[in-house]
Amino acid sequence: MRKYISFFRMRLMAGLQYRAAALAGLSTQLVWGAMEVLLYRAFWLEHPERFPMGMEALAAYIWLQQAFLTLFSMWSWERDLISSVRTGAVAYELARPVDLYGMWMARSLALRLSRALLRMFPVILIALLIPAPYGLRLWTGGAVLPLFLLSTVLMLLVVCAYTLLIYALTFHLTDPNGIMVLSVAAADLLGGAIVPLPFLPEKLRLLAALSPFGSMQNVPLRIYSGDIPLTDAPAVMGLQVFWILTLVLAGCLLTRSGLRRSVIAGG
Amino acid sequence: MRLYLHFLSIHLRSAMTYRASFFLSCLGHLLTTMNVFFGVVFLLDRFQSIGGYTLPQLALCFSAVLSASGLAECFGRAFDVFHQLLSDARFDRIMVRPRSLVFQALCQEIKPTMFFRFLNGVILLVWAVRSGAVAWTPWKCAVLTLMVLCGALVFFGLYLVNAAVCFFTLEHVEVLNIFTDGAREYSKYPFGVYGRSVLYILTFLVPLALVQHWPLQYLLDRGPAWYGALPLAALAFLLPCALLWRLGVRHYCSTGS
Amino acid sequence: MIEMKGISKTYRVRRREAGLTNALRSLFSRGYTQIPALRDMTFTIPDGQIVGYIGPNGAGKSTTIKILCGILRPDSGTCTVDGLVPWASRKQHVSRIGVVFGQRSQLWWDVPVKESFLLLRDIYRIPESVFASTLDRLTDLLDLADLLRTPARMLSLGQRMRCEIAAALLHSPQVLFLDEPTIGLDAVSKLKVREFIREQSRLCGTTVILTTHDMQDIDALCSRVLLVGKGQLLLDGNPAQIRAMAGENLSTEESVADLYRRFGI
Repeated sequence: MRKYISFFRMRLMAGLQYRAAALAGLSTQLVWGAMEVLLYRAFWLEHPERFPMGMEALAAYIWLQQAFLTLFSMWSWERDLISSVRTGAVAYELARPVDLYGMWMARSLALRLSRALLRMFPVILIALLIPAPYGLRLWTGGAVLPLFLLSTVLMLLVVCAYTLLIYALTFHLTDPNGIMVLSVAAADLLGGAIVPLPFLPEKLRLLAALSPFGSMQNVPLRIYSGDIPLTDAPAVMGLQVFWILTLVLAGCLLTRSGLRRSVIAGG
Repeated sequence: MRLYLHFLSIHLRSAMTYRASFFLSCLGHLLTTMNVFFGVVFLLDRFQSIGGYTLPQLALCFSAVLSASGLAECFGRAFDVFHQLLSDARFDRIMVRPRSLVFQALCQEIKPTMFFRFLNGVILLVWAVRSGAVAWTPWKCAVLTLMVLCGALVFFGLYLVNAAVCFFTLEHVEVLNIFTDGAREYSKYPFGVYGRSVLYILTFLVPLALVQHWPLQYLLDRGPAWYGALPLAALAFLLPCALLWRLGVRHYCSTGS
Repeated sequence: MIEMKGISKTYRVRRREAGLTNALRSLFSRGYTQIPALRDMTFTIPDGQIVGYIGPNGAGKSTTIKILCGILRPDSGTCTVDGLVPWASRKQHVSRIGVVFGQRSQLWWDVPVKESFLLLRDIYRIPESVFASTLDRLTDLLDLADLLRTPARMLSLGQRMRCEIAAALLHSPQVLFLDEPTIGLDAVSKLKVREFIREQSRLCGTTVILTTHDMQDIDALCSRVLLVGKGQLLLDGNPAQIRAMAGENLSTEESVADLYRRFGI
């Protein structure tokens, strides 16, 4: 276990070095958040009665979404991982006494976390300063914060498990690009990136709930903003755990069989 | 030009060797683009209208910018991976060839799937035009064409700046994505919907409103006819972009890789 | 003719240190170190000469090559290649030179070698008839007939290097820069490549500048050797002179190692 942790630490530190990119990313996030809030504000000013959640809750959702974006974004694939699988170079990893899936997981977690750490706090700080109802308001109710944090951790695991599944599939497919692009699109739609899930039509909401994407950014953000009441939270988080277990299992199996294949085939 | 087609055919043949994946990524790209528009559809389904604009009018607005950015992307998307060219030292190889650097850079990565975004935009545009949101005259058609063509050039300028910035910092800097991806994403509504400050930034700093909001006002009969000529003014934006590129190349030559 | 006078170049590199606190600190401040790469480099190379450019790693060899190719601007000094300043008249200069970077391939990876050649024909705007005869000649001399239809990624290193050299010569350049061309090649390929370079220079009068660590390359090809160390030109002579300087009965390799020691590089 220690080697995974030290590997994780190394990657985390490496990721923290990219400050110009972080600064630029920060400004991107702020602009995106501002635009989204301005847009929903326009709708809210015109038709407040048709809003499925309050403006304050929505603003909190949007700002947290921006703050944590790099944690759950589906479009930041680790291309060098993929190309190492495709070229067969990954077989060299077998020369090291570590489990490939474990290493990949440590690496993905560290990468996402390091990126998020660089951007999260400035976004949250600035969003807190924006006057209500357009800014980030503090959480309401004692149990909200720990549940929110827990579901964020679960969300990170779901996202990593999903991306690792795709990497594992690369062993068995000639070109994973198609699935990757499709995943990004599906994650955006069913994960709540296009519009928050409460705004989606009935059928799509159901589809989202049944897919792993519904267990991603959607859950912690809505727990925080109060859209998911505390009584419902355990059930939703249980679904997250289910997806983590399923995706990790599938990913492990595919990785093992894939490695076996690439060793036999000679890479 | 022949050279460009030659590059294109090589990239195409390379991509087509993976047929299933090619098909899936086309589907994925289609979904990605339409996702943005779905957002509009869902919201308008719930709220009926915004700022006095109806769904067909918004479709017109969005599809014009989508076509413009799609057109620019067919050529300019290569600049997205420009930082890789620099870190791989492939740019050195480009410098040792007797052709324009910009041209060679965009030949490096031609993604045939990007063409689909342009196609997507055009199809949506056709739908929007036929939906009767606008009373069409020859001048209005010309304005629409200008919106698309000049818009494409503005986007291309943004891609160029994105690449030029790579010369100065080795890391992949996202700032310009605010304007390229962001513009495409947020252009689903006329920029005026977002408020006055947004509108002014996009009129005077990065002239995207000159190819979307203002001409659109004229097309919807909400503004005077000269608004329709504003896309041409947006072309002045290309000058600082080209200048930045040249500065970037000079910097690269002074500091090496 | 290549003329370099008083060329100097210094790099500024950002400092990065290990450890988490340093990583966080670097978020707020920067430190630079100056690395002098070239100091007052001066030499002249007449047409048709094959010159060996040797020196330990970090001596300034690739910096010199980059300046001669026009990729890098020096801080001071003048340089002309056939009357043109490389970085000032880039397109014109570059259409007259050929470069082989040993580690980086210029062939396109997934397509047959012939396709890469055709693309280069378009890039350099080589007239069809000239291209056909040049390609025939190169195919013949470098034994490429079986390789043309194969994608570059499927070639062995030796095969790829032969194709690389051909690619660099398709537009019949006056000057050829070879950066470690025989690195990693098997003995047969090395001999073929050397033979070819010799012939090419003899028949077409191509000036060749060869950067290498392999002293047998020097022995086989070069009439002149430039020894570079710590950014300065330390020796300008022929292989025989090098061996004479070092001592009796030493191979060129041993002589050069001895010289490195003596110059402290």
